[in-house]
Amino acid sequence: MDLTGASRIVVIGGGQAGAQALQSLRQGGYAGALTLVGDEPALPYQRPPLSKAYMKGEMTEERLYFRPAPWYQDQNIEVILSTPAKRVDRANRTVELAHGGHLDYDALIIATGSRPRVLPTKGATLHGVHDLRDLSDVERIRPNMIAGRKMVIVGAGYIGLEAAAVARQMGLDVTVLEMAPRVLARVTSPVMSDFFETEHRAQGVQILTGARLDHLDGDGDKVTAAILADGARIDADIVLVGIGILPNEELARDAGIACNDGILVDRDARTSDPRVFAAGDCASRPLVHYGRSGRLESVHNAIEQGKLAAAAILGKPRPVEDCPWFWSDQYDLKLQIAGLNQDYDEIVVRGDPKDRKFAAFYLRNGTLIAVDAINSPPEFLASKKLIMSGAKLAPDVLGDTSISMKDIAAAALAA
Amino acid sequence: MTKIIYVDNNGTERVVEATNGESVMEAAVKNSIPGIDADCGGACACATCHVYVDASFMDKVGEQQEMEKSMLDFAENVQENSRLSCQITISDALDGLKVTTPESQH
Repeated sequence: MDLTGASRIVVIGGGQAGAQALQSLRQGGYAGALTLVGDEPALPYQRPPLSKAYMKGEMTEERLYFRPAPWYQDQNIEVILSTPAKRVDRANRTVELAHGGHLDYDALIIATGSRPRVLPTKGATLHGVHDLRDLSDVERIRPNMIAGRKMVIVGAGYIGLEAAAVARQMGLDVTVLEMAPRVLARVTSPVMSDFFETEHRAQGVQILTGARLDHLDGDGDKVTAAILADGARIDADIVLVGIGILPNEELARDAGIACNDGILVDRDARTSDPRVFAAGDCASRPLVHYGRSGRLESVHNAIEQGKLAAAAILGKPRPVEDCPWFWSDQYDLKLQIAGLNQDYDEIVVRGDPKDRKFAAFYLRNGTLIAVDAINSPPEFLASKKLIMSGAKLAPDVLGDTSISMKDIAAAALAA
Repeated sequence: MTKIIYVDNNGTERVVEATNGESVMEAAVKNSIPGIDADCGGACACATCHVYVDASFMDKVGEQQEMEKSMLDFAENVQENSRLSCQITISDALDGLKVTTPESQH
């Protein structure tokens, strides 16, 4: 559908994807009415620092904002905060707002993000038990970030491990509980899991893998301990829960838009309704370098889909769909990930994990599909190109640190 | 306030009044300077805020850390005066700093 005549565009959700869509629409020359409606009280802000520098108190709230308040005025963008969208009425092309009123649209971008999975155990609602998703979560957590306090983190994913690193650096006594036999089990290989476990233990974090949480114990309404299935009791002043996220797809699904673990979109971020787009954590998109669809929980994905939606609405050529990429900062370690490592059949480690500078390459049928690079930008950056090219790589060459990554990439791309 | 001048690949100059303590990247993003995407928000993870620093300021913008050096090693069109603008912190000493964005970021 040609939407180049659109004069009313509504963006629901002020996260990375929504903010990007606003910017790309204006940058792309769209001069019509543009409205952002978001359920949080703050202007659109970056989430990654919430479990890093901002949690540590090294960054002001203002620096989290993608754009300062005057930018929205200058760009003539109407910003409606603290207001969830209640319903999308596709027949009348209007979004009903929770506090009354509605916004009519010619094109709609749903960027509602995701929400943390709720701990399914007793005690999950006690005071002192927190998610780590929104600015408001961190505001509640930070007063407890005091040396000597006991923090229990449920779930050893990236959020949990990043928070563990920050808390340790601030002198808290930190225990991480993970149900799986290793940390980061859902997202990476055993070699990386081992590396991060070793690192966190060396920093003084207690990591319990294969640990089944039975419930959280409280004194009155205040959390005091995590009780494991085997009866072990771990004292806690504060509990962080990081056990994954769920896409906020209900608004779309209730409007009859196709969803399946995320709002289904095509390569232009367009949903089953040609006037409605979805971008970011809430969307399930074609992963063009992998021949399948899926949801990606990342900054890069949110930015890219925000750009794709804007380009499609404005009738501009589709921006390049980059190789998916991610990063995580823990202590002085920078993990940079390119690609998706599901279904790898071979793993090549380049460098020695003991040096805290190495990379794990994931191959399938001799083709590079992903890399986890620790303090190794060349491995990360070269892999992005190699993954997109589909180049074949010899494992012994990839693992040979006497050959530079530049040379390896040049040879593989020329072949 | 500290004056920073951003020059795009066509030679167009944009002058920004920046706040000390923020990075050259942050000041650019807040002022909608084209060619500085900064996808990672300043984590030195993406190399989309690459700039060329005016020769007269090269000794004032501070040393490159290992991570930045290594990222730049793989960026497009790298020159002697290449820096990642998220790694340059604005101070009085940088008043009048001129940086140019590479063509590949436009």
